[in-house]
Amino acid sequence: MSKRKITKTNVPVGECISQVQEMLRERLCHQRLPDRPEGVEAQHKHLLELLKRTAVHGESNSVLIVGPRGAGKTMLLRCVLRDLLEEKEAQKSLLQVHLNGLLQTDDRIALKEITRQLHLENVVEDKVFGSFAENLCFLLEALKKGDRSSSRPVLFVLDEFDLFAHHKNQTLLYNLLDISQSAQAPIAVVGITCRLDVLELLEKRVKSRFSHRQIHLLSNPTFTEYLDRVRTQLSLPDDFPDDKFALDWNASIETLCEDKSVEDVLQRHFNSSKDFRSMHMLLMLCLSRVSVAKPAIKPADLLEASRLCLADANANMLHGLSILELCLIIAMKHLNDVYEGDPFNLQMVHNEFKKFLQRKSNSMYNFEQPVILKAFEHLQQLELIRPVDSSSAKTQREYQLMRLMLDHSQIMEALQKYPQCPTDVKQWAMSAFG
Amino acid sequence: MSALLHHPGYEEERLRRLSEQLPCRELQAGMLLSLMGQPHQYSYPSVFIYGHRSSGKSHVMQVLLKELELPHATVSCVECVSVALLFEQVLLSFFGGDAASLLPRSPSLSDFVRVYRQQCSQSPAKQTRYIVMEKAELLRDADANLLPALLRLQELVEDNVTVILLTEIVWDRFRPNTGCFEPLLLHFPDYSKGELQQILSRDKHPSYSAEFYSSYINILLGVFYSVCRDLRELRHLAALNFSKFCEPLAEGKVKETDTHKLWRNMEPHLKKAMQTVYLREVSSLQWEQMQQMEEKENGAMRGLSAHTHVELPYYSKFLLIAAYLASYNPARTDKRFFLKHHGKIKKTNFLKKNEKTSNHLLGPKPFPLDRLLAIFYSVVDSRVAPTASIFSQISSLVTLQLLTKVSHDDQLDSPKYKCAVSMDFIRAISRTVNFEIVNYLYDFL
Ligand SMILES: Nc1ncnc2c1ncn2[C@@H]1O[C@H](COP(=O)(O)OP(=O)(O)OP(=O)(O)O)[C@@H](O)[C@H]1O
Ligand SMILES: [Mg+2]
Repeated sequence: MSKRKITKTNVPVGECISQVQEMLRERLCHQRLPDRPEGVEAQHKHLLELLKRTAVHGESNSVLIVGPRGAGKTMLLRCVLRDLLEEKEAQKSLLQVHLNGLLQTDDRIALKEITRQLHLENVVEDKVFGSFAENLCFLLEALKKGDRSSSRPVLFVLDEFDLFAHHKNQTLLYNLLDISQSAQAPIAVVGITCRLDVLELLEKRVKSRFSHRQIHLLSNPTFTEYLDRVRTQLSLPDDFPDDKFALDWNASIETLCEDKSVEDVLQRHFNSSKDFRSMHMLLMLCLSRVSVAKPAIKPADLLEASRLCLADANANMLHGLSILELCLIIAMKHLNDVYEGDPFNLQMVHNEFKKFLQRKSNSMYNFEQPVILKAFEHLQQLELIRPVDSSSAKTQREYQLMRLMLDHSQIMEALQKYPQCPTDVKQWAMSAFG
Repeated sequence: MSALLHHPGYEEERLRRLSEQLPCRELQAGMLLSLMGQPHQYSYPSVFIYGHRSSGKSHVMQVLLKELELPHATVSCVECVSVALLFEQVLLSFFGGDAASLLPRSPSLSDFVRVYRQQCSQSPAKQTRYIVMEKAELLRDADANLLPALLRLQELVEDNVTVILLTEIVWDRFRPNTGCFEPLLLHFPDYSKGELQQILSRDKHPSYSAEFYSSYINILLGVFYSVCRDLRELRHLAALNFSKFCEPLAEGKVKETDTHKLWRNMEPHLKKAMQTVYLREVSSLQWEQMQQMEEKENGAMRGLSAHTHVELPYYSKFLLIAAYLASYNPARTDKRFFLKHHGKIKKTNFLKKNEKTSNHLLGPKPFPLDRLLAIFYSVVDSRVAPTASIFSQISSLVTLQLLTKVSHDDQLDSPKYKCAVSMDFIRAISRTVNFEIVNYLYDFL
């Protein structure tokens, strides 16, 4: 605090807004690491201890970080690594290999990547190995060379760990865990996954070599804590270039979070998902509406952002259908009512539509079958209807069985919002049976 | 009036040019602009833009990225038949041809990310880099990891990069089973009728007044709006039919301002267009030729349909009729229709009223060969011996796709068939051999 005696002021407002955008976007869009991971202090401590034992004392280990999407698993590991490397000794000796199940899709690719990340391409050159295990051991052995008699510890991070379980024979997993268990070389294997049932994916011989240490990230904050998080995510730090602006901004965030309508909106989001990532998306939409002309986040911004997040995409698409296509959807809805959800084909839909036209319509006239077929195909292209089985390529198009991928409430909602929907069409949709 | 776009990161002049090119999409452009922020600021890692065909998704993105001169790569998933092309195109656009050539022969995602990281550590992004994926729904057919990897590319390559997916399918149909990085969803709403009118009217013809062209568009929308809202398709239809609209004017029959007369002249013509060009039954060129012919022949225009031109041998016609009957009649009714002395079958038993739907709604049912032959011999009046020619005629009907073979691997020796022609078609065929087919159809009893 003492350093900040000289108050920094008089930065033009445009410059301040630019700074706000830059700082907050790093948090909301770029996974900037927090100084201290909120709400997962225990997990942080646990993992730090474990990795320290490998980095400093050369012990081998394996651990899984398990938690839902966006819960902060990757963030936790990166925070721990940052803090671990503050220790001189760890920084000097620890080697890191980062793999991701999305990228290293088989063990050959993975091995190539390990070699590269350990800077051993030159050592390996064109050597031929009898087995995967031999190759991996060679790599770890190669690290021993030089002035040390003992190996340098290596940290293996396997993000999307469950995907590695699909590799043939789980060779990579088996070998890594085998080394970590038999302590041939000091390695730590950290798996990150969102699958709670991940252990069931492992073969017996792989599973038995795993330490069964798991760190769970199932943080379940109370609403007050959630509200606090929103506040901290939006607040400006002490070292913001303009003190006065930062004070005003932070005060406005306080006011924002106390607003009743804001609280309601946040409560709704809290009830559907409590993780940081979905909160970030909501807040990013708010932040994007901040400009020089409007240098603060207002309750209206949050309401609008929430509206965008919660919008029903199917209803949005129905809004843009032609009236003919909408009529076909209504006919399908009626068929679903009558036949209790059995699949239908175009011929039946057209027939249902004709019944409506005969009864009374004056706003619509009958179209030729090919025009109807084209509309039907458009609906299929939009995946609002789907063929029951894809193998029926030989069936005539008008007899192919289909299912409607919408539920009644979505159709009804779309109907309410449909621009200039003729009343007779509306009534037809409302009537229980066609 | 277009509401001007504002953003501190860009010059007013540039933004004005921009909004001029984006009529009726100011709101969406403004929204995107504010999400993108100033060029050096981070944007959300992945944005998913969905909306109907021709709702301006690609157009808005291209105009924004080009006019503001932001680094970007546009990839059409239709054109990228292999992921290699996709990777190459991205590396090429961001780092140049040398970078693209660093990829191995059939590159994996791992290779792509490795090369990308190497390159961007040499030339870090000073401005957000954008990857725009057109027709993103096709990504679902690619390698299962591709979509989830693109959605979190920013995290994987540690660069200031944003991936934008454009599609007409809703996000729910993309999400993988084990979840993924959720993109920010943006919807591009359809154009209203008024907006379509406004946009289409901009294409006015140089030798006619704007009002005249606008009234033409008004008539066009009056006919097509209820079946089609696709701007691109409407624009195409407008261009194709404008000369017809101008005709009475050129002949000096009508004045430009007499919209009612012009409408009376035009509407039937456009309705005809709906049955033909709109359905792609004829090509645009054919349509233009037909319009000229029509002038010569004084309006004797027939719709084209491939089926009406098929000529079949005599027995083939009966085979096809028999096939139609076998496909649309329940097998248990064959006795009633085709046995000369069927004794007393009570009509009430025969007509099961609780059968919910007519066979003509459900479509053709498969039937075995012997049933086809039985019906065939009973409907054809003169006696024919079961020669090989009957079988070869059946197989040529299959080749013509008038019959389809329903293959069941387990019963190779007893194939089943389905009739694949419409009611209108079979009636036309029946008429040529004086067969009253309606009398033999269960649905029309
Ligand atoms: N405790 C926390 N404090 C501050 N920010 C957090 C915290 N936990 C998570 N975040 C933020 O939430 C976002 C999502 O976290 P992260 O990417 O680590 O999730 P994940 O569990 O790895 O998800 P996935 O399974 O999809 O990989 C990141 O931006 C991260 O910085
Ligand atoms: Mg992660």
